[in-house]
Amino acid sequence: MRRFDYFRPSSLAEASTILREHGEGGLLLAGGTDVLVQVKEAGRPVRYVVSLADIEGLSGITEHASGLQIGARTRMVEVGSHPSIQARYSALSDGASLVGSVQTRHLATIGGNVCNAAPSADTSPGLAVLEATAHASGPSGERTIPIIELWTGPGRTSLEAGEVVTHFTLPAPGTRAGSHYQRHTPRKVMDIAAVGTAVYLELDASGTCTTARIALGAVAPTVIRAPRAEAALVGGPVTEETAAAAAAVAATEATPISDQRASAAFRTYLIEVMTRQSILRAAERASA
Amino acid sequence: MAKIAYTLHVNGEDHEVYAEPNLTLLEVVRDELRLTGAKEGCGTGDCGACTMHLDGENVTSCLVLGVEAQGRDVLTIEGLAQDGKLHPLQQAFIDHGALQCGFCIPGMILSGVALLERNPHPTREEIRQGIAGNLCRCTGYTKIVDAIEAVATGVAH
Repeated sequence: MRRFDYFRPSSLAEASTILREHGEGGLLLAGGTDVLVQVKEAGRPVRYVVSLADIEGLSGITEHASGLQIGARTRMVEVGSHPSIQARYSALSDGASLVGSVQTRHLATIGGNVCNAAPSADTSPGLAVLEATAHASGPSGERTIPIIELWTGPGRTSLEAGEVVTHFTLPAPGTRAGSHYQRHTPRKVMDIAAVGTAVYLELDASGTCTTARIALGAVAPTVIRAPRAEAALVGGPVTEETAAAAAAVAATEATPISDQRASAAFRTYLIEVMTRQSILRAAERASA
Repeated sequence: MAKIAYTLHVNGEDHEVYAEPNLTLLEVVRDELRLTGAKEGCGTGDCGACTMHLDGENVTSCLVLGVEAQGRDVLTIEGLAQDGKLHPLQQAFIDHGALQCGFCIPGMILSGVALLERNPHPTREEIRQGIAGNLCRCTGYTKIVDAIEAVATGVAH
């Protein structure tokens, strides 16, 4: 691996100072499962690494009446196995449990997965439909960023130089709400999504869909929402027919490319099939 | 790129390390501590040949900086046998002939042990999921799954 200097600050303020003083070529290290591979294999330029290991308060999951707070250094294994996330924020635990291997999930963090900004990241569509907010701390203070506005392209975020994502907040789901994430991969595990679909639904007592959110992964430069498909679902019951109709709309909202995992045409087909399945699974969970 | 001094706690013993910070845990353990049971296959976290336990959890040591493992408990395959007695899973791999070339086996056993500690009675499907991050190009996995299952069900071969 190329050589670099190593810093291990014990506070966000110290981390921010290091980043400001040393400038370009800094790399924030959390779990390392993406960034170290990029340094080793993809020649990612790095002059120095700033480890987040000693900064207190960056990991852990707390649930409040108003919602959930997840520290950026919380690992996939904790996100995926957390009982409240599994019960009420299922699209997120679905995604976290799919990342890499057991070994990967013991290292990889949710903040790392999000800030790596891969359009195929398995936690991102779930965070998008659960309307997560990223909280960042940087030289100009603290600010919040709606998760969907954090990603600006493959590997690119709207974070400013020296900014560190500290945690995410997710609003509490409605009483009859359910969500689901799934992905298609050529291999069952140890692979990267060719397409990912996440759906969040709220139903009223009669089963009418009152809120629908749909996010698609790996079919555009960033994870995207599918607003026209969402609008197509709201106001009616969730049935095989309405799910299929909304899924057909979703397939028109993406701009997939062809690569070694799937052709653009196959991705478009997958969006339709998988969005329909995810809508029905989310509705099942909302009714459970 | 100055070298850094730190202490690694490996297999129950403290080791003083003085190394460059870009060395992975795998490189430090193999090249500085001369414990060569863990292997480097891919170097990118895909094959699992470098698997070690960090605070009791299996991780790919090729994606951990050595300096990031300071203050944590590292277990390598060399530390698994206790008082000269093989771990039951090591014995089960022998009894089931669950190895051929052996390159993947240290990582495979450490993932198996971590799985059994999390879930003492996994199904065959859960065993396959548990070792999904460990590639074996020889065995076809069947005997490896058999060996882990034998320990899980307490059936000595």
